[in-house]
Amino acid sequence: MATTTAPGPVRPAGRPAQDGPPSRRKRRTVRRSYLPYLLLVPAALLELGIHVVPMLVGVWMSLLELTQFHIRDWSTAPFAGFENYRVTFDFDSATGKDLLHSFWVTALYTTLSVGFSWMLGLAAAVFLQRPFKGRALLRTLFLTPYALPVYTAVITWTFMFQRDTGLVNHALDQLGLIDGANPPFWLIGENSFVALLIVSVWKSWPFAFLCLMAGLQNVPPELYEASAIDGANFWRRLRDVTLPMLRPVNQVLLLVLFLWTFNDFNTPYVLFGGSAPRQADLISIHIYQSSFVTWNFGLGSAMSVALLLFLLVVTAVYLLVTNRRREHA
Amino acid sequence: MAVAALLTTASIAACGDSGDSSEGAAKTLTYWASNQGASIEFDKQTLQPELDKFEQQTGIKVNVEVVPWSDLLNRLLAAATSGKGPDVVNIGNTWSASLQATNALVPFDDATLAKVGGKDRFVPAALAAAGAPGKPPAAVPLYSLAYALYYNKKMFTDAGVTTPPTTWEELVETGKKLTKSGQWGLAVEGANPSENSHHAFTFGQQWGGEWFDSAGKPTFDTPQNVAAVKRYIDLMAVDKIVNPSNAEYAQNQSVADFANRKAAMLLWQAAGSNFKAQGMSPEEWGIAPVPFPATTPPGGKKVNSMVAGINMAVFKHTENLDGSLEFVKFMTSDAEQVILNKTYGSLPSVKTANADPAFQAPEQKVLGEVLGTTAAPLPQVPEESQFETLVGTAMKELFADAAGGKPVTEAQVKEKLGVAQQKMGS
Repeated sequence: MATTTAPGPVRPAGRPAQDGPPSRRKRRTVRRSYLPYLLLVPAALLELGIHVVPMLVGVWMSLLELTQFHIRDWSTAPFAGFENYRVTFDFDSATGKDLLHSFWVTALYTTLSVGFSWMLGLAAAVFLQRPFKGRALLRTLFLTPYALPVYTAVITWTFMFQRDTGLVNHALDQLGLIDGANPPFWLIGENSFVALLIVSVWKSWPFAFLCLMAGLQNVPPELYEASAIDGANFWRRLRDVTLPMLRPVNQVLLLVLFLWTFNDFNTPYVLFGGSAPRQADLISIHIYQSSFVTWNFGLGSAMSVALLLFLLVVTAVYLLVTNRRREHA
Repeated sequence: MAVAALLTTASIAACGDSGDSSEGAAKTLTYWASNQGASIEFDKQTLQPELDKFEQQTGIKVNVEVVPWSDLLNRLLAAATSGKGPDVVNIGNTWSASLQATNALVPFDDATLAKVGGKDRFVPAALAAAGAPGKPPAAVPLYSLAYALYYNKKMFTDAGVTTPPTTWEELVETGKKLTKSGQWGLAVEGANPSENSHHAFTFGQQWGGEWFDSAGKPTFDTPQNVAAVKRYIDLMAVDKIVNPSNAEYAQNQSVADFANRKAAMLLWQAAGSNFKAQGMSPEEWGIAPVPFPATTPPGGKKVNSMVAGINMAVFKHTENLDGSLEFVKFMTSDAEQVILNKTYGSLPSVKTANADPAFQAPEQKVLGEVLGTTAAPLPQVPEESQFETLVGTAMKELFADAAGGKPVTEAQVKEKLGVAQQKMGS
């Protein structure tokens, strides 16, 4: 911020030259060097209280045999060592097998949801880049899903996906796409994954749209003009101008979307009412089931810690790779 | 960033529900009521005048929150963990032993029971479903319920059926006659784990199965239990008297289907007041005990309902134990038992109130007879609530298969119940 202040040789009034007494100067320097840390204290305390401490508690819980007999007084819970982790990673047992299944479902769900959300967001941002009549209206309209409370929106989707009375089957029937006498299920069985994906993309893509739209504002129009003079068509401009210029935005956007989607709890919880069908058994809801439903909070915590480590590794690798690529670019 | 995103899951178990706290306000109690009527709002309007009476009598103000069934167990668990929350709560009586194991509820030993009117006031079968055998009850019974078979009289007459079915074979036969375009023989709540597990228990008893052995270990995938669960799922899968859509029902849509004449029969607990709220007059429906198999399978028991009901418990963390017990005494008094059970269509949990003419209506008579003769309590073991969720969810998946047109075989039922059992042990 200081670098953008008034140019020229005018010396800032408050800033003494080298002529002040040395002790005062020293105190000033000391005070200045403490100030940023002082300003960070509230954030750091909140970060500790809201994020770090509960996480450490989670790690501690994962080492305990914390069942309904001990939840009232955790100090009575026997120390289980790595037993909960052994159960979590024993992929021959029912618990481990289901967790692994849930992991693959979540991986596929995340890939598809992030992919579609990003593509939709990019397409909308690019088409709304140039001013035209009704652009502001479309922008507002596109952002609606992002502005709606998640619970309300997903409950509405639940109604729409109901087999007999839902809007989705009614519309498909009107279009002649399904057999009206035997309409498909959306909230149970194989289609539940598709239903979940639709809601997820509907919910996430406006955020991608918003970020990419902001990113596009920073692309200098001269670049497009120059490439147009060189005879580049739309796709060429997209590939060689737009996407490279959006790289920094994409780097953060994709990571954030990945983490949000991988951990998505609200969407499946509201859509399926707590117990998700096997085909749409996302990991966060699976962990919820494993801890709350069977009252085995130690096991649930062990799964959570495993998930935490997995996501940390993915994030670290992703940042490493994308940063290196940018340096090489 | 990763940390932020992960917290959602990493600390799910760590975060307690803050709830309402009763600290420093000894003259105020917080009461979580379960949803007994047709809606949360209906319950609030039913309870508030009674709570006002209590305040007039004792000077203690009771703040009530009616908690939907889908949230109640989680909320109770959070309150037990955090030591914060309500003073007095309603619990599903089948959870009594599970919640008792958390040691967060005040035990109703003889001295405590004496403060709410004494042990002998309560219907013995209802009090037996308030905690593990041999321990002081974790709660006292408030409303008593049982399952019964509700049927649409007009549909029965139209199809030439004169008496309600007494065996499953008859029920299937009747159901087939009643299943035609836009109308189904029976409605079930296929995606609701609790409902499913209650039927698993009753069918299990009739087919000679037990869900826990005498040592409290789960015995889910025995041949008897497999046959019992398959019999229930087959009502949709094989007999086709249940609309496949019922496989996604979890918000009492089956009650609505019955009340809206889309289904001719329903297995439910005290549904009469709910039908009325949905515009179905009491003359339109009849009630009979839940059927039995025509020939009793080996070891089969004469049980056609669980001892269903709502219990009232007090949290140990209350700062006004005497006031809380006073409130329990008030709610289980003869006068309140008559008023509340009459409104909800349930039965009083205290002997003296049962004589009231309000409970001699056909519905209450049948429910009372079932409770008195052929109802059995769900296993009172600490893992009961896990049984409800795991077995109930397995049945939800089986219904989903059946609805999708996939055959449901004995081997599949056994596998699903086996997986559920394994998860109990982990």
